[in-house]
Amino acid sequence: MRNFGEWRWGIGLVVAVLVLGLPVPQPQAKPQERVFRVTARQFAFEPPVLQVNPGDRVVIELRSSDVVHGLYVEGYDVEAVAEPGQPDRIVFVADRPGTYRLRCSVTCGDLHPFMGGKLRVGRNPWLWKGAALALWGVTLALFAARPRTREGGR
Amino acid sequence: MTARFDVLRYPWVRRLVVSRWPQYLVRVTLLALFLLAVLVGWLGTPVGNRNFAIVGVWIAWWAVLILVAVPFLGRAWCSVCPLPLPGEWLQQGSLLGPRGRGGWSLGRRWPRRWRHIWLQNAGFTVLALFSAVILTRPGVTAWVLLGLVLLAVGVSLVYERRAFCRYLCPVGGFIGLYAQAAPLELRVKDPAVCAAHTEKACYTGNEQGFGCPWGTFPLGMVRNDVCGLCFECLRTCTYDNLALNIRPLGADLAQRRGAKLDEAFKAFILLGSALTYAAVFLGPWGALKDAAYDVGAPSWWGYAALLVGLSWVILPGLFSLGVWAGRPRLSWRRAFTVLAYALVPLGLAMWAAFSLAFVAASVAYVLPVLSDPFGWGWDLLGTAGWAWRPVLDGWLPLLQAGLLALGAFWSVRTARGIGAIWGWPRAVYPVAGYVALMTGGMLWLLLG
Repeated sequence: MRNFGEWRWGIGLVVAVLVLGLPVPQPQAKPQERVFRVTARQFAFEPPVLQVNPGDRVVIELRSSDVVHGLYVEGYDVEAVAEPGQPDRIVFVADRPGTYRLRCSVTCGDLHPFMGGKLRVGRNPWLWKGAALALWGVTLALFAARPRTREGGR
Repeated sequence: MTARFDVLRYPWVRRLVVSRWPQYLVRVTLLALFLLAVLVGWLGTPVGNRNFAIVGVWIAWWAVLILVAVPFLGRAWCSVCPLPLPGEWLQQGSLLGPRGRGGWSLGRRWPRRWRHIWLQNAGFTVLALFSAVILTRPGVTAWVLLGLVLLAVGVSLVYERRAFCRYLCPVGGFIGLYAQAAPLELRVKDPAVCAAHTEKACYTGNEQGFGCPWGTFPLGMVRNDVCGLCFECLRTCTYDNLALNIRPLGADLAQRRGAKLDEAFKAFILLGSALTYAAVFLGPWGALKDAAYDVGAPSWWGYAALLVGLSWVILPGLFSLGVWAGRPRLSWRRAFTVLAYALVPLGLAMWAAFSLAFVAASVAYVLPVLSDPFGWGWDLLGTAGWAWRPVLDGWLPLLQAGLLALGAFWSVRTARGIGAIWGWPRAVYPVAGYVALMTGGMLWLLLG
């Protein structure tokens, strides 16, 4: 046990790094074109969540129903800006799995900084890796780490 | 006693904290910025992300507070906070240090029945209920800031010491709880020296400094929540018997002394508000944002019920079920209270993970606003026209996942420590389940 005690942090760290490096299986569907007609209003996109598979060609047609809105896709660095009656369009290939935030990029009112949506490309590896990492952390704390107390109790 | 390192052994650190001037200059500068924020809130553009009141307070200050100051320096913010400064000046009748004459305060003792943080808990909840408006409308932010200063002044004119900070400030309770996880503490070196010292200058004050503004007797201090790191005791102690220690993270959390039910509830209020904020401000649900913003509308009442119900009923209720399932050897109330401190690291991690996303999306407003604080078309720094782009694009999910996993680990480890102290090893299992549930929920809200 003493040897394990000496090595436990190293083992814990190595497992954590392995968890972060593990590949997350993605849907193996044939890439296709996905067209989304997104309507922006103060302070939401409709639909709020866009789901595609890795490799899909994504077309977002942005319309505004009230004031000028932008739609910026984090991680892909593409942007559309639509005025009422003047839609805009962006096209890109969703080649990286994950969940990416859609954000309004044109100041549109009080809640503008919080106006957003999500683009889900396949399964989000960070969600699964984060969950596995947290479970590993809980397991490590339960069975390997020594409890620390103010009284110095071990 | 676990390892401690007293940074006051370096003469320059001692000079820096014992001298009044560095702290004073920072506080006066922050007070000036604070007054500027109030002024800009009223006079500047009503567009929040172009107004210094919103960007300076809720993005820049908040980022520094939750991502740096609280996790690493505990209550260090309280030592330079400008909110109580005007009230202190009036109360002490002095702008800098004791002058041998009284101030303009009635100097009453804070009523015994109000010596807890339930009022802070209620105040934080009320601010959270209106946060969608406060965070986005500069005029409202200005009134809230001014209201807090006026309240602090009023309390200082009636009561002694910093009663506002200790019992009323809505942010103070938040900082006090999480400061207990920080790797910095001010503590007595040798308790016997304090016990034998009859004058207790650290509490009563002398010509070198004021009696503890937080009403704390350092000898009895076992947790960071009751120390505002104002360093008055360092100035008044005639025996050089105080240390400013670097210590292990979370050192206050697993111990027998100092656990309180009001503070235990604070842990749930902060967990509940972190989850609610992540859903409202970072989630894709427009109806939820509308509900949080339309104060007084039926949907807002639904939002209020969600926030209050989650923070005050559902989360503590679930936890108390876990406590019951863990078959404690203590009374239910005691078991609930001591074990709730295990949730402090996870709560801090959840707030940090939420704030990272919030700040990453909004930090790009800071330089343009510094260049044009009122939103009047100025360009003082040449950065007013800088385009908005979020930062930490690819790193954010890794940082958030890492923070939450670390918080989960640390919370369960703390629960084991609490269980070991109270002879209740089974305590860790309900906490582990609860922590897994909270972490999973926050991961889904932030990364799902």
